[in-house]
Amino acid sequence: MKNTINIVTVLKIKDLKKSFGDNQVLNNFSMELYEGENLVIMGKSGSGKSVMIKCLVGLMQPDSGTIEIMNRNIANLTQNEFNELRTDIGFLFQGSALYDSMTVRENLEFPLRKQKRKSEDTDKLVIKALESVGLADAIDLMPEELSGGMKRRVALARSIILLPKIIIYDEPTTGLDPITAKEIIQLMQSIQQSYKTSSLIITHDVDCARVISNRMILLIDGINYAEGTFKELSTSKDKKIQAFFK
Amino acid sequence: MKNFAQILNSFYTFFIEIGELSYFTKRFFKEVFTKPFEFKELLRQCYNMGNKSLLLVGVTGFILGLVFTLQSRPTLLEFGAASWMPSMVSISIVRELGPVIIALICAGKISSGIGAELGSMRVTEQIDAMEVSGTNPFKYLVITRIMAATLMLPLLIIFGDAIALFGSAIVENLKGDVSFLLYFNKVFDALKFSDIIPATVKTFFFGFAIGLVGCFKGYYCKKGTVGVGEASNSAVVYTSMLLFVIDFIAVFVSDIFFEI
Repeated sequence: MKNTINIVTVLKIKDLKKSFGDNQVLNNFSMELYEGENLVIMGKSGSGKSVMIKCLVGLMQPDSGTIEIMNRNIANLTQNEFNELRTDIGFLFQGSALYDSMTVRENLEFPLRKQKRKSEDTDKLVIKALESVGLADAIDLMPEELSGGMKRRVALARSIILLPKIIIYDEPTTGLDPITAKEIIQLMQSIQQSYKTSSLIITHDVDCARVISNRMILLIDGINYAEGTFKELSTSKDKKIQAFFK
Repeated sequence: MKNFAQILNSFYTFFIEIGELSYFTKRFFKEVFTKPFEFKELLRQCYNMGNKSLLLVGVTGFILGLVFTLQSRPTLLEFGAASWMPSMVSISIVRELGPVIIALICAGKISSGIGAELGSMRVTEQIDAMEVSGTNPFKYLVITRIMAATLMLPLLIIFGDAIALFGSAIVENLKGDVSFLLYFNKVFDALKFSDIIPATVKTFFFGFAIGLVGCFKGYYCKKGTVGVGEASNSAVVYTSMLLFVIDFIAVFVSDIFFEI
């Protein structure tokens, strides 16, 4: 079941450029993410997808271009204001990026540290987030005791713990077996419906894109090469676009 | 010509690294006094570095005192100066041998540990994950570790010195029939304010160097798992070099103030 989309822009990128030496990775890339939608960005390896999302969350500085999150240009924010804004964004890393030295509970509590909550409230939030990914029993385990799929689910729980408005997924199904990948996709859908988030999904998994996307962007040669629904793009006659769906 | 270019490139890389380390140090001093303070993590790091290094430092100190006394004893006996043994051992250990050797041991354990830990956190995107969640990873990971190393190293060195003197006292007791009471009376008679204070002050700098270089190498680790190994390895090498430089400066400055 696809969700309802409102035409309210929550994230806007305009003319983003980023290069590494002579290699121009992003070349005037522009896009918008609307409230409540699942936007999938596909591109070949090295096409700049990860660079783009790293620029979005401030892990990399773009060479030029503007990024607006919730109508706020991130270039004009102080570090504290930007950190505040970051709490509205959940981020699921490709390798899960769970903190090795912390238990699952501590991993989920970590983003909550800055909010002066009572410990019972924190516990409730942690348990709710873990229940939503079906891993409430793993609360006291260490990351090394979890399988790849479980790690991804814990990372997903951690990314929603601050009740973000936007979730960015970096290759959410990469490295998982087809069954676990399908479970992760279902979880992403259920989280989207329960938390009413907007999702930006970076993937090259066509099945994932087909199931979850409301809209897709193909990132080729550093530009927004094509945009449309899965059906529109998958039936395109353009050879560069067809290459993604073969 | 090719060799000359390589040498030039090595110098260039070295100076770039010195520049980056200076910037890293500046950032440390800029952020160490600003809120939020991560006291809980600082305590955890103090426990990790202090408590978990006790055995290693104890064993090193004990063997240091034991061997140093065994090696020096015949020479002092030859000159009929065996009674000077406690004074000589205590001054050597407290002023120089204890701090430098224990700091080198800690460089191997603590600095490489920090380099490897932060390096693997960097390559597995754990540091990025902290940053994205709105936490300042520099404060949480770097400042706490540098502070913990700075605070714990003096304590470890005092502990190591004490064990080294105890090791020396055992040798004197067994070989020279000197009682423990007499031995330690002579030790405390020989040690002056000018021996203890400069030696203790420099250990704070040793601790700072161990934490700083380990964090610097780990925090900016690149090139995947190979980079983690390099970070850990170069943390030990750079820290060891820096320890000798600090020691040289400390002795030089002590000489001005205390005329050692």
